Amino acid sequence: MSQSAFGENSSNFKFTGKKRSPGSVSPVANFILNIIFIVFMALCMLPFILVFIISITDESAIAANGYSFFPEKLGTTAYEYIFKIGDQMLNSFGISAFVTIAGTVTGVAIMTMYAYALFRDGFKYRRFFSFMAIFTILFNGGTVPSYIINTQLLGLKDNVLALILPLCVDAFYIMVLRTFLKSSIHESIIDSAMIDGANELKILVSIVFPMSLPGIATIALFSTLAYWNDWFNALLYIRTEKLFPLQYLLSQVQSEIDFLVRNSSMLGANASDAFKSVPAESSRMAMVFISTLPITLAYPFFQRYFIQGLQVGAVKG
Amino acid sequence: MKVNSYGTEAKNGRVSTRKNLFLLLMVLPGAIWFVLFKYLPMIGSVIAFKDFKIDRRGFVFSLINSEWVGFENFKYLFASSDAFIIMRNTIGYNGLFIILQVVIPVAFAIGLNEIRSKRFSKIYQTGMIFPYFLSWVVASYFLFSFLSVDKGIMNNMLGFLGKDTVSWYSEPEYWPLILTIMALWKSVGYYTVFYLAAICGIDSTYYESAMIDGAKKIQQIRYITIPLLSPTIVILTLLAIGKIFYADFGLFYQIPRESGVLFPVTNVIDTFVYRGLMKMGDIGMTSAAGLYQSVLGFTLIMVSNLIVRRFDKDQALF
Repeated sequence: MSQSAFGENSSNFKFTGKKRSPGSVSPVANFILNIIFIVFMALCMLPFILVFIISITDESAIAANGYSFFPEKLGTTAYEYIFKIGDQMLNSFGISAFVTIAGTVTGVAIMTMYAYALFRDGFKYRRFFSFMAIFTILFNGGTVPSYIINTQLLGLKDNVLALILPLCVDAFYIMVLRTFLKSSIHESIIDSAMIDGANELKILVSIVFPMSLPGIATIALFSTLAYWNDWFNALLYIRTEKLFPLQYLLSQVQSEIDFLVRNSSMLGANASDAFKSVPAESSRMAMVFISTLPITLAYPFFQRYFIQGLQVGAVKG
Repeated sequence: MKVNSYGTEAKNGRVSTRKNLFLLLMVLPGAIWFVLFKYLPMIGSVIAFKDFKIDRRGFVFSLINSEWVGFENFKYLFASSDAFIIMRNTIGYNGLFIILQVVIPVAFAIGLNEIRSKRFSKIYQTGMIFPYFLSWVVASYFLFSFLSVDKGIMNNMLGFLGKDTVSWYSEPEYWPLILTIMALWKSVGYYTVFYLAAICGIDSTYYESAMIDGAKKIQQIRYITIPLLSPTIVILTLLAIGKIFYADFGLFYQIPRESGVLFPVTNVIDTFVYRGLMKMGDIGMTSAAGLYQSVLGFTLIMVSNLIVRRFDKDQALF
């Protein structure tokens, strides 16, 4: 019965709630509630839609009327512009993708192994390593000592590892994963496998890993989000434009759109020749839109594990 | 009694040692990470008591050779006019967020649970957790498209209505509201879905018997839903209070777009430390501010964990 505990829970709690408290609200109340949520949902989604509309608005229309949900003239200049001179954008996209994949894989592997050891009752040093992880949730040295140690001692200045390593492990997720293992895998399964002569590695790979996949997927999701959306580590450690991740590039472009031109393989002058003028406003928004695209596309997958994650998290903390 | 999986091999000490060795290998990468990225900085926080100067001969050399100055850095920090402002802003905003991030999501979750069409309910949830998945940089662009002085939607609308436009990024009085709206915009959906999961977990027989007793919807909410949700609410709130000295750096750094005029209402401990370190290179004062924050945070989280334990031992962090 793989993932029984979790599977049953999640079907009970399924957030669409097949099961409903009996007795429904009055039609009027139902109508008002629907209106409230439609408005709130619109508030959550509209800015994203606006940004997309701006990105496909013709630059002249923006100059004349400002941003608008209903632009006078549409155009794809912004996207043409980005693709033509957007070496930096492509490069940053690559950095973000690499950092996200490498970081998530490494982090999830480290955290899963750690959580597994803490989950095993027989582990002699369990209490010590448990404390080692939990204490980092309670107390931290702060930004300044971290910054100094990472740059002075670990050589992370202007190094792509500075984007990966600091976000790699989160003690909180280790504890969540350990709780998940505890609630979904009974020690007796491991005992019987041992009696059958399986060794530790075999137990981990062929029993524990498959059973803990939903928990691992949740951690992986949060890790992916954290890496893709990270700009803070770039802000602290990265100075070389070649290493800028996408989110950090976006925050830099806020102030100067010619950033793109400067880093293009086409010379700045040639680049602006190709376009009558730099479509600054729409390109910026096009970049924002492109940067959110992977998340928007992965959204159905994200949402599913996200809800599961809330329930895993609810087990502890 | 549960039989320990090692019990069977207890007679064979060598096997047990080998298993512990295997599990030690499992924790090793994580343990190294904790030492490098968590414990070294903790030790490094002694620089708050030093006049730290970066030396070419390496970190250890600089650390040992910097002069001890006792609490000088702290004195300097608290003498500055910023100390009060950043404390007020950090605690004020976080306090407000903690309250609103309980009240609104709980109300929304209850409302969402009552909506008749479960398909609509699911659509609303999908829409409202969307902002949670985006970065503050992206959120900052979103806001800018509304608040830009010359092109933003808000000023367009004000102009349309014949009112004076507002130069949003240089008018501090609007920012407590704007920051609160942004914080809620990003998190309310997340917490709503969280509380909704908890509500769906409530045994439906409670409601059935309440119905038989003739309880109205509002009474069911008042006497069943809210009391059964309260342990979750209390625990999340206490854990949030434990983190009240840590501001959301992205919110306070990206959303106001570095507008200096706004600092009196947007500067929090985290942004203060960042700017002091990167813009002014003031290692002493910023590390003092950071350590002060960590110690207060540690004390608070210990206290709130103690309180959580009294409510529900299983929910406590440790």
